[in-house]
Amino acid sequence: MTNELLNELTFFVLAIFVGFEVISKVPTILHTPLMSGTNAIHGIILVGAILIAAGANSPVTIVLGLVAVTLATTNVVGGFVVTDRMLEMFKGRQATKK
Amino acid sequence: MNTLIAVAYLLAAVLFILGLKQLSSPKGARNGNFTAALGMVVALAATIPLLHFTSAGLAVVAIGVVIGTLVGTVGARMVHMTAIPQMVALFNGVGGGAAALVAVAELLRLGVHPPFAEVFPSVFSIVIGSISFAGSMVAFAKLQELMTGRPITYPGQQIVNLLLAATIVGFAVAVLAIASIPFSFLALMVLALVLGVAFVLPIGGADMPVVISLLNACTGLAVAASGFTLNNFALIVAGTLVGASGSLLTKLMSDAMGRSLGNVLFGAFGQVRAGVTAAASGGQARAVRSASAEDLGTLLAYSQRVIIVPGYGLAVAQAQHAARDLADVLEKRGVSVEYAIHPVAGRMPGHMNVLLAEANVPYEQLKEMDQVNDDFKNADVALIVGANDVVNPAARTTPGSPIYGMPILNADQAKNVIFMKRSMRPGFAGIENELMYGPNTVMFFGDAKDSLTKLVSAVKAA
Repeated sequence: MTNELLNELTFFVLAIFVGFEVISKVPTILHTPLMSGTNAIHGIILVGAILIAAGANSPVTIVLGLVAVTLATTNVVGGFVVTDRMLEMFKGRQATKK
Repeated sequence: MNTLIAVAYLLAAVLFILGLKQLSSPKGARNGNFTAALGMVVALAATIPLLHFTSAGLAVVAIGVVIGTLVGTVGARMVHMTAIPQMVALFNGVGGGAAALVAVAELLRLGVHPPFAEVFPSVFSIVIGSISFAGSMVAFAKLQELMTGRPITYPGQQIVNLLLAATIVGFAVAVLAIASIPFSFLALMVLALVLGVAFVLPIGGADMPVVISLLNACTGLAVAASGFTLNNFALIVAGTLVGASGSLLTKLMSDAMGRSLGNVLFGAFGQVRAGVTAAASGGQARAVRSASAEDLGTLLAYSQRVIIVPGYGLAVAQAQHAARDLADVLEKRGVSVEYAIHPVAGRMPGHMNVLLAEANVPYEQLKEMDQVNDDFKNADVALIVGANDVVNPAARTTPGSPIYGMPILNADQAKNVIFMKRSMRPGFAGIENELMYGPNTVMFFGDAKDSLTKLVSAVKAA
């Protein structure tokens, strides 16, 4: 096993534990926004999509890259914007409380 | 340079973790979303020095980013608050699709005999990403009502799905062992797409949130796998974070429904058929009381305390503003109005709070189940708007019932119950609701929005 793979595995395993720990208690009303927020975070695949698209040099890679970048960007942008819209509502509600 | 990139990726990972942390508490939720978005910007910026653009590549990236930004912004801004769940499904699906395509491109680049350490995560990413894509699209279609939201089942379905899964595993092993079958991953992709569809078909519309959450976690793992293929730290950490927190969230969501995850995913089979026969045998014979809008308007107008129980039907009919109007006219007459929110009311857990907040319902009127359940016996009217299973007393009284043990709202203890429903059809759990036949219950049939509007004018006239 190479050093690099070993490093990657370490990050992977540690990230699993962090992922579990970080959201241990979530009130029900935040389930939907939290799901939407994590949904936006996996839009990080855009980094991967750009990495493969940048080097596109044949019709196949151009098509793959274009579709991948488009889909991933939609995931990132849509994900964060829609989460913000949901949470905006909560902010309005907190304001009326006072 | 490489050190700088690594530090930037680390910073992005920290921002994601902080963002998730903030997102899970009501105070910092909105900031949490910004924090995570900032992490994304840092990760993308740090990637730029890694890129070696071909002239075509530059155009491809530019066009893709522009289209994606447009679609994402317009989609997320224009969508109705009631349609948010299917929007999340859609955004999740495209992420899964992107992960699968990235893995395909990487396999193509590696040629015919790539090292095992690269092929294994790629194959994983292709399979899971494709399942997530197809499954999310079906979830979207079900919630958008492009197809029926009821579970679609046929005999032997579980066996067919199991065979499909086994074929995929077998094929994946073959690809890993030989790795030189040209375009073999295409076949793998098609199989995974089929499985994604087949997996979600038997799950009903009301359970879609749990499925979307599960597929969300899957996409996270697919992204992490792509990270292994590309040797990219940001992808591995962010993808794994989503995979882990998404899995936990999925469990929390099914817990809130009082059911196990297995029951949500595979429970539709026996239940639905039993429910249909029960409804067919008992449904028509028994009489229910129904009343005119005028009578109900009078009842409401001369009550002292009304508790509104909003449910899935209210969300589907987009009736949150009409409910607010009714509450307003009642309050003008001095009636005290509260909303009893079941944890899974609406189309997603927490969705009802968002909908009612959008209709500017004051925060003090929204009552969680534990706060309000003892108040029902002092209420003159429990007004049930498009909810069903969450007020079904069978959850307390009938040990054999599929929903037995699920926490419910005690609407049956109110002095009067107005049950607003489109028809006598059983709720998602597919079982009769005794509350409809209760001595204090009056049915009021119709679309939730129309019915509420009628009640508003009736109360005004009373």
